[in-house]
Amino acid sequence: MNVAFPTIDTELYDILNAVSDPEIPVLSIVQMGVVRAARIGENGVEVTITPTYSGCPAMDVIGDDVRKALKDAGYESKVKLVLSPAWTTDWITADGREALEKYGIAAPLSPEADKEALLGNKRIVKCPQCKSTNTKLVSQFGSTACKALFQCEDCLEPFDYFKCLK
Amino acid sequence: MSNQLVQYICGIADNSLILGQRLGELCGHGPSLETDIALTNISLDLFGQVRSYFQYAAELAGENTSEDTLAFLRKEQEYKNVLLVEQPNTDFAFVIARQFLFDVYHQLFLEKLQTSTDQTLSAIAKKSLKEVTYHVRFTSDWVIRLGDGTEESHSRMSTAIEDLWIFTEELFLSTELEKEMSNSSVGVDVSLLRDVYFNRVHSVLNEATISIPDVKYFQKGGKLGNHSEHMGYLLAEMQYMQRTFPNMSW
Repeated sequence: MNVAFPTIDTELYDILNAVSDPEIPVLSIVQMGVVRAARIGENGVEVTITPTYSGCPAMDVIGDDVRKALKDAGYESKVKLVLSPAWTTDWITADGREALEKYGIAAPLSPEADKEALLGNKRIVKCPQCKSTNTKLVSQFGSTACKALFQCEDCLEPFDYFKCLK
Repeated sequence: MSNQLVQYICGIADNSLILGQRLGELCGHGPSLETDIALTNISLDLFGQVRSYFQYAAELAGENTSEDTLAFLRKEQEYKNVLLVEQPNTDFAFVIARQFLFDVYHQLFLEKLQTSTDQTLSAIAKKSLKEVTYHVRFTSDWVIRLGDGTEESHSRMSTAIEDLWIFTEELFLSTELEKEMSNSSVGVDVSLLRDVYFNRVHSVLNEATISIPDVKYFQKGGKLGNHSEHMGYLLAEMQYMQRTFPNMSW
């Protein structure tokens, strides 16, 4: 089984895809890769979610939001949190990456490029506003655990870069 | 066996809990907005990892144990963190040096814990390792920046490394419990991490133009619950709410 692809029952897909990430509201928890499985069973729905970072404070809220969304659609549900396999930025879907960029957050680079970018060795992170790569790292840690802070030297806009986690 | 495993898990978690608390004290007091956010982000990662460990330990312990009772209601001697992580914040160089000396160990430790025969511990290790890799990168970078920086920053980083060096060897002294856990392939044989650790630390310090301290005597005791004089004050603050308002919840 390819762990990159979650197993979500078709009937549940749209319901879960409408639940947004509380800290990045333009992204759904499905696009984010946080929902690993959702199955309709005899005793209601069982949803498996995984945290992006161990200390992610959004997990409790996501659990509540999932239960509420499913309840509104007529399903009783249980939400289970799993750590393994550990979440990676590769699980952010293609349309999720696009949504990030539109929102003003630079999407994660490959692991090697990410390292070069975060050590300030190479200017490769693209400004989500003006698309310039003339950007500089301001801080390896940004507004949330999953992001680093950059600034564009051309349009001077500060922006978040979603760090690669692999 | 189960009780031993609970003790072992708590010992691992205590390092991150106490260090996370120290970093949390800096919230709003960092030298710049970016470093403030970075240090508290690292603290958040550590607390997140601690929750995973304690939730698992509480599940094994059963009865009235919860992640909160483990974090907030034990007595000083029941915490088994190393002395390094409880040392109080002084200046920024010291905070970075303490974090760096722990991060390098933490990364090596988690790399080994990934192969634990205990599946939950292995899963927590795999998850945490990704986060800790960022911590090592951040603190190594700062050790070099300060060490190879101005005269003032160099002297502060040198002093910090010198002051903290006596706490490094404790990381690699196995307690009886650690030996048993590594013999049964659940735990990590920390004594085997020592050479790689000093190798990595030395290489960063060399780049930072900081000389390796010449120390013959090392402090130990935290792993057995014998803490430095700073621990009681830390716990007094950390446990205040739970002790003053028993069973409180948000």
